[in-house]
Amino acid sequence: MNPPVNPSSPPEAAPAAAGRRARVTAVTSGKGGVGKTFLSANIAAAMVRAGERVLVLDADLGLANLDVMLSLYPKVTLHDVITGQRSLEDAILPGPGGLSVLLAGSGMVEYSRLTPEIRERLLAIIQQLLPRFDRVILDTGAGISDVVLFTVSQADEVLIVATPEPTSLTDAYATIKVLATTQGRRDIRLVVNQSNRPGEGRAIRGQLQQVVDRYVTPGLDSPVKLEFVGEVPRDEGVREAVQRRQLLLEVQPGSAAAQAITAVAARLLA
Amino acid sequence: MDEALQLLRLSGIEPPQGEPGSPAWMQSLIDALCEMSSRDALTGLANRRQFELALARELDRVARSGEPALLLMLDIDHFKRVNDTHGHAAGDEVIRAVATALAESVRPMDLVARIGGEEFAVILPNCGPAFGHAVAERIRQRVQRRGIAIAMPRPQAVLPPLTERLESSGEAPGAHEISVTVSVGGAFAPQWVRSTARIWTERADLQLYRAKSEGRNRACIEPTPISEVSAEEKGLLFGTSQFQDLE
Repeated sequence: MNPPVNPSSPPEAAPAAAGRRARVTAVTSGKGGVGKTFLSANIAAAMVRAGERVLVLDADLGLANLDVMLSLYPKVTLHDVITGQRSLEDAILPGPGGLSVLLAGSGMVEYSRLTPEIRERLLAIIQQLLPRFDRVILDTGAGISDVVLFTVSQADEVLIVATPEPTSLTDAYATIKVLATTQGRRDIRLVVNQSNRPGEGRAIRGQLQQVVDRYVTPGLDSPVKLEFVGEVPRDEGVREAVQRRQLLLEVQPGSAAAQAITAVAARLLA
Repeated sequence: MDEALQLLRLSGIEPPQGEPGSPAWMQSLIDALCEMSSRDALTGLANRRQFELALARELDRVARSGEPALLLMLDIDHFKRVNDTHGHAAGDEVIRAVATALAESVRPMDLVARIGGEEFAVILPNCGPAFGHAVAERIRQRVQRRGIAIAMPRPQAVLPPLTERLESSGEAPGAHEISVTVSVGGAFAPQWVRSTARIWTERADLQLYRAKSEGRNRACIEPTPISEVSAEEKGLLFGTSQFQDLE
């Protein structure tokens, strides 16, 4: 299953593909603490259940926490691969729910600033991952730093995570604006986490789209489209799973949030 | 103990309060000594020690809160010429005057520090990319406009010609007014990202270097993506009645 060609991807995100190549999804949000890592891991697990080979790359180099989220204590991390001390094979770890993970680990603080060397190394690592998986999820850091922008630029598609909080919406909008103007993104996917009532996510998409149409698209050659891929309701089970440091899909597979996440994964795979 | 009290007196810091030797007095003495050890003796600004402490704290705050913060590094242009031309006492006057100009150009919440001979730094919490250049430029202009009264150099000193940057307007006998300029470099803290103070100061220093090499007396701020959201955009985002379904 070759990924569909995404015409709006920046040139560097679409190298010539020979044979199978993973579709890369960057998960980003602007604001921190909206459930980016939680959704990355659980969406990935839902994709594994759908028969995909999935790797989650903890691309939040500065504040990596996928390891904490999944109770993993990596001996080999992205840091070791970047510094050339270990091979990529050693750093790809089996995570819960059948997914593979590549963890940033500590010692990545120095990479909070993107130097040409780190850029090259990350680029090479992502390229090496592509033939081995069907899906690569890049769990990016919060904010719109150069590391985040670079990571997102490597993805075939962008998934923005927002919550109904005004600060989250503002930051999601700022992220959309920057990605549209600096990376030429035109199709951006949106998932609303912690929704308070059914329909709230879709309404938020409408609101964001309206502001994008009015203030972002007029400066561009073609319109920016936000695709709503689902909402994940507030759910007590989520807090429990996060506190037990396990996948929601494993500990509370029947919960409303787990079902919503499975639906989001299905839309991303469609 | 006498020496400690004497140092405090010289630094213009309040002596300890209460019964000498009592726990309250000792605590007050420790506080006063801490205060003294965090200040620059010549200017009364924060010193390098205090600056590094504040920088680390600010970095930590930014990583957790995501609020923007700006670090400015400043250097007096051609300071060596001031010393060579007018003597070291005049050099001290210039440093004090620049310190005052800096302190007057920023908000009370900002931290102004003297971190080296003619080097200064300003930490501006909660200062977003839209305001960075304006703030740096305001500081630069305020320094440039400030006349600095200095005593006439000692008669035996040979006076090299004054440069275009050291304008003389000394009509008053025995006094002399000069002005200096500063180069300013700035970088924003990486929001949400845990970084190091070293990386942040390096980035600001790089911009200071740029300002110097582009001719001095200018401000260079590291460019950041246009991620500000205007009031109009926010108005449209939140203005209409609570998230009507618009599809």
